[in-house]
Amino acid sequence: MRGTPMEVPDGTGRRLLPRSLGLLSLGLGAAAIGAPSQVGRLIGVDDSMIARTTVLPGIGARELLSAVGLLVGRHPSGWVWTRVAGDAMDLAALANAMRDRQGRRRQRLGATLAVVAGITAVDVLAGVLSTRAAGARRRAVRASATVTINRSADEVYRFWRDFENLPRFMYHLESVRSDGDGRSHWTVKGPAGRRVEWDAEVVEDHLSEMISWRSVRGARVPNAGRVRFARAAGGRGTEVRVELAYAPPGGAVGRAVAKLFGEEPEQQIRDDLRRFKQVMETGEVVRSDGSPAGTSTRQQVLQTPARPRAARLPR
Amino acid sequence: MKANCWQGRESLAVEEVPDPKIMNSRDAVVRVTSSAICGSDLHLFHGYIPSMKKGDVLGHEFMGEVVEIGPDVHNLRIGDRVVVPFPIACGNCAACQSGLYSVCENSNPNAGVAERLFGHAPGGIYGYSHMLGGYAGGQAEYARVPFADIGPIKVEDDLPDEKVLLLSDVFPTGYMGAEMCGIKGGEVIAVWGAGAVGLLAMRSAYLLGAERVIAIDRFPYRLRMAREQAGAEPLNYEEVDVIETLREMTGGRGPDACIDAVGMEGHHSSAVLHGYDRAKQSVRLETDRPHALREAIMSCRNGGTVSIIGAYGGFVDKFPIGSLMNRSLTVRTGQCHVQRYTRMLLDRIRRGEIDPSFVITHRLRLEDAPIGYEMFRQKQDDCTKVVLKL
Repeated sequence: MRGTPMEVPDGTGRRLLPRSLGLLSLGLGAAAIGAPSQVGRLIGVDDSMIARTTVLPGIGARELLSAVGLLVGRHPSGWVWTRVAGDAMDLAALANAMRDRQGRRRQRLGATLAVVAGITAVDVLAGVLSTRAAGARRRAVRASATVTINRSADEVYRFWRDFENLPRFMYHLESVRSDGDGRSHWTVKGPAGRRVEWDAEVVEDHLSEMISWRSVRGARVPNAGRVRFARAAGGRGTEVRVELAYAPPGGAVGRAVAKLFGEEPEQQIRDDLRRFKQVMETGEVVRSDGSPAGTSTRQQVLQTPARPRAARLPR
Repeated sequence: MKANCWQGRESLAVEEVPDPKIMNSRDAVVRVTSSAICGSDLHLFHGYIPSMKKGDVLGHEFMGEVVEIGPDVHNLRIGDRVVVPFPIACGNCAACQSGLYSVCENSNPNAGVAERLFGHAPGGIYGYSHMLGGYAGGQAEYARVPFADIGPIKVEDDLPDEKVLLLSDVFPTGYMGAEMCGIKGGEVIAVWGAGAVGLLAMRSAYLLGAERVIAIDRFPYRLRMAREQAGAEPLNYEEVDVIETLREMTGGRGPDACIDAVGMEGHHSSAVLHGYDRAKQSVRLETDRPHALREAIMSCRNGGTVSIIGAYGGFVDKFPIGSLMNRSLTVRTGQCHVQRYTRMLLDRIRRGEIDPSFVITHRLRLEDAPIGYEMFRQKQDDCTKVVLKL
């Protein structure tokens, strides 16, 4: 039943920049090692034996190392900062080279210095963004739970596949609206009436077996979910396993969001699945006097006495 | 409406509370006509069942007239006379469909709490703690009945309340206790506890073909009822050594099956042994006093069956696992799956094979429920079963 761990979608979607910088590193590194003389001429240090034989190939090797990290690594944020460190070394070396050179070589060095400074600015930006994304990943909350439902995988799958059904048993959801073509709009009502909304897309959809979805780029709270349906041993219905992951932003907003997704996400999913089972098997969420809104861990702690209530039913 | 409400340990009050309403589409509301006090209600009264809240309406043995039905109840009509089984069961889950109604997987909204104590959660029960659902009970003028299309059994008007009321709990519970003994014919069955459940287990054992039934209790009036009403051989554990006497009575073998119809608040003839468990229970080092169960296990013949229908809530110690294991005993137990038995037992009542109302000793008004609990607890006036009449 277990698959690869679910990736929390990168809310900012800025994988592109580190990857581009990786390609730049690859080009620079290859040039500096493969054609140090030409590079030396281009940037105006072709008069230095040490620059051609040692410094440029060294810089090339460093760039290749960064390129590998940026292009192959799962989380490029650390490697972006190696580029920033390299930029600082290069700027210092270029400034030093400019001091004892005149004429065209000095002009070329000046131009190189300007280009490297520009690249440095881009590298710093990429570093800051990547580090933020890594922080969000570290805060990412994952939870999973499983339940057996006395219905066929086909029935259970079909109910879930209509995301508009989810708020019937996932109490943190206010609504889900299907927009067609695999897209849907999700709304969560938080404390003090604050709403968090996002659009989600279906990532994988295997009939009666599995559905996975994730928020699309730009979601305030990037999140993803996956549900699998498997026949229970001995024909005892369908085992449903749900995994949810979300990456709350840092700071106060993050704390508020965490609250609305539940203090104990694992427990919350378990509650969701208990209600899902009730809906699938009995037709609705089962209520009692002590838990008039039905199963919820919070309600289990804050039980009202087991006696009829005068007030209207809560949701 | 008026309802008997739990106020705290050993404190009850009949209070005015709102009338119940339909909360789910398969609910009914019943105007209660008779409601009994169960021995297990005394565990609540004494505060041994966790997760009670001040104001909880008690009562899980009731019957009455349907006055309101939800839109998805198609088998009942307003005005139908019904007996309501104490376990709330959906009828749709795998447990219900295997006949295991008291462990219904959907009827306990507070299953998470019960899971912490029990590992997995049983179903909901009327008026029996929040851990078992947080449902208002039936010691009230009206009661909400969830899954009314599954639980309640219709009874015709010619059968008086008292003849059928006990189908809600004690009769099926006693019957299941006997059934779990695996009686094939000719067995000797010993029953600990000659209260309502124990007496009905004795009668059921005979119905199923047992040859001899032995009743173990300490109250002479209960032992007299066991002998006169249930045809059992009485044995007073305050007067004799039970294990020795049972050995003696069965040619050294021990009874073929032993039924524990006592549960968590048992007594022991030895003041020291009773005091040991009573003290541990009162400071919550163990939740239950398993005197009857220990004795039932030690007494049972090799390869015999121990059937536990007395209510237990948590943990015990000095449990004779060595006797159980080395002597090939079988333990069978469970809260009664009442819905499994109601039709068949109603037919037996109708055919005159048994009239379970012989256990009822007292009839009171709902307003006097607290008095009924006190009498029942003190075993005053030979009290065995109190029915509240509305």
